[in-house]
Amino acid sequence: MSITKYRTLKDVPREEFLVPGAFLCAGCGALLVMRLFHKALGGNVVWVNAAGCITLMATFPYTPLKSSWFYTAMASAPAGAQGIRDALDVLIGKGKLDPSENLKVVVVTGDGAASDIGLQSTSGAIHRDLDFFYLCVDNEAYGNTGFQASSLSPMGSGTATTKPTHLYPAGNVLPKKDLFEIWRSHRPPYVATISPSHVVDMLRKVEKALSFKGPRLFLALCPCPTGWGTEPSESVRLARLAVETGMWPLKEAIYGEVFHTHIPSKRKPVEEYLKVQRRFAHLFKPVKNENVIAEIQRQVDDYWNKVER
Amino acid sequence: MHDRVSKKGYKNREGGSMVLKMLTGSQAVAWAARLARVDYIPAYPITPQTEIIETLSEWIRKGEMEATFVQMESEHSLLTAAGTAAATGARVFTATSSQGLLYGFEMLYSIAGWRAPLVLVNVARALAAPITLEPDHNDVLAARDSGFLQFHAENVQEALDLVLLAYRVAEDHRVLLPAIVNMDGFHLSFTREQAELPEQNAVDQFLPEYRPINPIRASEPVAKGIPVLIPPLYSFFKYQMHMASRIALNVFREAAKEFERMFSRIYAPVEEYMVDDANTVIVMSNSFASIGKQAVNVLRDEGYKVGLLRMRLFRPFPTDDIVKSLRGKRCVVVIDQNISVGKGGITHPEIAEALYHLEDRPNVILPVVAGLGGKSISLEEFRHAVRVAERLASLKAGPDGPLLLFREDEAALVESLLKTASGG
Repeated sequence: MSITKYRTLKDVPREEFLVPGAFLCAGCGALLVMRLFHKALGGNVVWVNAAGCITLMATFPYTPLKSSWFYTAMASAPAGAQGIRDALDVLIGKGKLDPSENLKVVVVTGDGAASDIGLQSTSGAIHRDLDFFYLCVDNEAYGNTGFQASSLSPMGSGTATTKPTHLYPAGNVLPKKDLFEIWRSHRPPYVATISPSHVVDMLRKVEKALSFKGPRLFLALCPCPTGWGTEPSESVRLARLAVETGMWPLKEAIYGEVFHTHIPSKRKPVEEYLKVQRRFAHLFKPVKNENVIAEIQRQVDDYWNKVER
Repeated sequence: MHDRVSKKGYKNREGGSMVLKMLTGSQAVAWAARLARVDYIPAYPITPQTEIIETLSEWIRKGEMEATFVQMESEHSLLTAAGTAAATGARVFTATSSQGLLYGFEMLYSIAGWRAPLVLVNVARALAAPITLEPDHNDVLAARDSGFLQFHAENVQEALDLVLLAYRVAEDHRVLLPAIVNMDGFHLSFTREQAELPEQNAVDQFLPEYRPINPIRASEPVAKGIPVLIPPLYSFFKYQMHMASRIALNVFREAAKEFERMFSRIYAPVEEYMVDDANTVIVMSNSFASIGKQAVNVLRDEGYKVGLLRMRLFRPFPTDDIVKSLRGKRCVVVIDQNISVGKGGITHPEIAEALYHLEDRPNVILPVVAGLGGKSISLEEFRHAVRVAERLASLKAGPDGPLLLFREDEAALVESLLKTASGG
């Protein structure tokens, strides 16, 4: 076990890089993750963004960030990060820029950009061993356009394009893509899942990632009050439930080797997580859809059986 | 590749030495990027552009050129990286063609909006479908409205020189817009011509280091590319780009004057060929203008008082130069090597608009579509277009649509191929 400066919540750095005033929703899990993530990253950061909710972070003439921000396009934030990283390196290398001006380059996108339209540019950047961070704030749908399904929307969830009907009682019938595994298959130095409910775990992972060079990728579960149909004050509790039911495993992969950083000793039934969210309400009313709930539980159990074996 | 060619040093007017080389268009623009001391080259292969990035990549890998080369996974990504690198303060060069330009199309508008003054060489190639490798200008003209400056080259020397001029104009703080230098695939990109390589010292003097405005660095955080949710802001920033592009016309003239002083080659926004005493002027661009000039020579011998006006700048549009060259002429024949399906050529309406309000505007401005997908334009076709225009003028009539050039021998060839395709 390496030495960490993060042991309890009291160790969360006091310095703020993301101050109040963003145009994002109350209770936005992504905003909370970014605020904490940034504390662990420290200063001298340029965020590179793809189209999504987070694009509203800075709108002319305001920004709540003390660091730099660059909105690129929906499909190519990792390529934007490549241009910035390479430019800083070549300018410093040629002596045109003082090394003190160097920055950490951090991509932040939603799950749609990460798993659908931007997967190609992410794969390219990892393959080229780009020295960057990627933070995917995963609210499990295209939130900014009104919560349509992405390939990270879980099976059984209702979204604006997978509404439950008598023909499709489960809502979304497609499984959630395993983005962690897709990233890991490139064997980058560091991949991790994080949750705003497990702050020390998150900070330690960022701390560990800072010791590597190359692609360092984070998949963060980000409760979304407007899309999930939950109260803003419940976001952290929901994220915790996702971890405690085993639906959101906290893990990391160093050069491809996986470690679980938190194994729930006794997993709560997935039903506890599902029944408190409007996007899963059709699984409980007007009649309980035992089959779909059981299938979700079975998938979670299968996952952990393999881990615990 | 370049080592195999003949080398001959001699003195120019300024007393510096320069080198004559046999170069393809692709090699010439690669040399221009090298002489411009670019910092960064994100690239992606596509025919017929690939020789450019192969050349640059080899120089960098041999340590002959100090720059970073990165092969991206698509043109969309390459343009994104090119734009963010330029916004970070690097001098950026890249090249693409045709489908590649369209694949990255979204980013053209973004890069222009970021006011990131990189230079992109487009090696023109007609757009699918049907798919072909031969040139026309639908690819580069699709980028017409993006905010990129557009410089179109006729020959190898000009392709090289225009890249240097493009950096000088694009990076000027009165402009700060990206630029496309266009050259025709195959006809120019793979044609070997003798060209002068300017001396490095002279290029350094003509093209000092790029000084970015609000680049990305630790000491001064910035927010770039961000939404403007208040509509007047959007209009404001777009008008700023437009005005910067208009200013670029004069910045180009200034730069061209200095270029002429240093390198003894003259570049105006348009090139006139036997226009002065002409009754009928053919308007063209790019490498096929060389064929057009040959046709003008022959038609002159035959008694037609014709000339040729070649468009070198497309954006900013050189309205004043066009007016100066074409006012008072009897006929203008605009040859578009592109087609806006359902309308005709893309540049014809722009030329016509430039002349419309003049008392002494030409009687006929004939729209002609020719040379699509690399189809040759024969002397007969030039003669035919000129005769159609002059006949309309004598009848005091206007054209009832674009003249779509297609020869009888070509029709016969197509006929036989259609027969083969249908199994007969």
